[in-house]
Amino acid sequence: MSDHDYTPTSKVGKWFNDRLPLLTLANHLTDYPTPKNLNYWWTFGGILTFCLITQIVTGLTLAMHYIAHADMAFESVEHIMRDVNYGWLIRYIHANGASMFFLAVYIHIFRSLFYGSYKSPREIIWIIGIIIYLLMMAAAFMGYVLPWGQMSFWGATVITNLFSAIPLVGEGIVTWLWGGYSVDNPTLTRFFTLHYLIPFLILGLVVLHIWALHVPGNNNPVGIDIKKPSKDTVPFHPYIVIKDGFALLMFMIVFAFFVFYSPNILGHADNYIEANPMVTPAHIVPEWYLLPFYAILRSVPDKLLGVVAMLSAILILAVLPWLDTSKIRSAVFRPLYKQFYWILVADVLILGYMGAMPAEGLYLLIARVATAYYFLHFLVILPVLGFKEKTIPVPLSITESVMGGSPNLATARNKESFEKSK
Amino acid sequence: MSEKKPERRDFLFTASYAVGAVGVGAVVWPLIDQMNPDASVKALASTEVDVSSVKPGNTITVLWRGKPVFIRRRTQEEITEARSVKMEDLIHPEKDEDRAKNPEWLVMLGVCTHLGCVPLNDKGDYDGWFCPCHGSHYDTSGRIRKGPAPLNMEVPKYEFVNANTIKIG
Repeated sequence: MSDHDYTPTSKVGKWFNDRLPLLTLANHLTDYPTPKNLNYWWTFGGILTFCLITQIVTGLTLAMHYIAHADMAFESVEHIMRDVNYGWLIRYIHANGASMFFLAVYIHIFRSLFYGSYKSPREIIWIIGIIIYLLMMAAAFMGYVLPWGQMSFWGATVITNLFSAIPLVGEGIVTWLWGGYSVDNPTLTRFFTLHYLIPFLILGLVVLHIWALHVPGNNNPVGIDIKKPSKDTVPFHPYIVIKDGFALLMFMIVFAFFVFYSPNILGHADNYIEANPMVTPAHIVPEWYLLPFYAILRSVPDKLLGVVAMLSAILILAVLPWLDTSKIRSAVFRPLYKQFYWILVADVLILGYMGAMPAEGLYLLIARVATAYYFLHFLVILPVLGFKEKTIPVPLSITESVMGGSPNLATARNKESFEKSK
Repeated sequence: MSEKKPERRDFLFTASYAVGAVGVGAVVWPLIDQMNPDASVKALASTEVDVSSVKPGNTITVLWRGKPVFIRRRTQEEITEARSVKMEDLIHPEKDEDRAKNPEWLVMLGVCTHLGCVPLNDKGDYDGWFCPCHGSHYDTSGRIRKGPAPLNMEVPKYEFVNANTIKIG
């Protein structure tokens, strides 16, 4: 923010700004130079901010009616659905909002993977993002426990039992997490507390995420460094604000479709049965957004190694900037990486599907192959690709690529043949 | 720095840090320990169960410390099957004689040792229990035979108060 010399025009504004430079910050945010070639995949940051605020606002209002007690939680949720004014709407927005949040975050993450946004100098932005993603999973998991239905209870039992895989201290940790000898009222009350806390931690990390972003500036579809401000950039306001706003509207249509037309399609019917510690539902599945990791957990026949594999699958993302040895950021100029990228997307979708199926027979076999490939991609393919791959020459500036049409592979090839013919 | 001899001030610094660390630990511990099982949870330590109505081949499930406990009155076939298994075939070798002192009665926590689901009765490849969550198979002694669970279902501390009553805990 030191690249700013801003003086408010009004006297009052100047007086205030000299004491607390909020107006300088606001000016930085509106004038923030943004690459002019950003496509719609770059609008998900704004969409995610919207999701977080939606979850906080609906969550706060739900907390005014919800009762965190094993005997009353289930009924209080039904009370919200039937008696509280617009309670059904607020709860459906909150429940589906979690799914929308993950939908947006997965698009955001895979956008980073495609355009190499995690690479130098943006590693810290990426790592903060991964921490936010982990916190989102924790918040979503604990939120799912609060209605105290069958899936809530047994989901909580299975996930907390993951810690029992730790040698020696595992059992003690699980008892400590539960506050008893099974998932029960003490577990529910602490999950409610943490579920309430985590969104505010995420909010703080989002501020850091954006702060870290504003130091090097946005990556872009071409993935080359830009001079800012220059002909390569446009100010954030109004250009990006309008574009983000339009994308947000489109996103809200999808969101509203789920809330108003199929509010329960992403949930599980068993969660409308009150928690019963005596009976496990025939088929326990986590929410859709955790399924790929659940498939990895189940594909390893050993308890401890299964847990280790599942956690590694997430944590491996944190070291991705150092696993990917290629200097070229955007997949547009990496013909091989581009193919492996889409294989990875397919692999994760397959894992997700296998996570929803029973862990037996062919499903289990496919899940095992997909799990192996997931790790192969990050631990072998990416490091080797950086040395072996013959990349396409990148344009000298964004303007060059924009003037030559859209920054896609065909353009790059044209450029290559054009250079040769000269 | 290496030339410098420890002074009185260095000692004071080190001593202050040490006292500070102890102080922080003393404050943090109650905040951590409050999450452990409280006195009221610990007080629910034992349950008495009347088993006179259980017929051979049937299982009743009772709740003890928030966990289901299976009490199965085993048939002669099941006992024979459980006792004829070779130790080397077991993932977690335990003799049925040690798990069921009174061979007719098998008392164990109905909690899968994988991730804590409740296994289903009379299911699975070994005529005992089958966990629907991740596919662990248990035999007629509640021992793990196949699947991701690492251990046999746990036998809690229990005793026969009289011929018809079992006290768990």
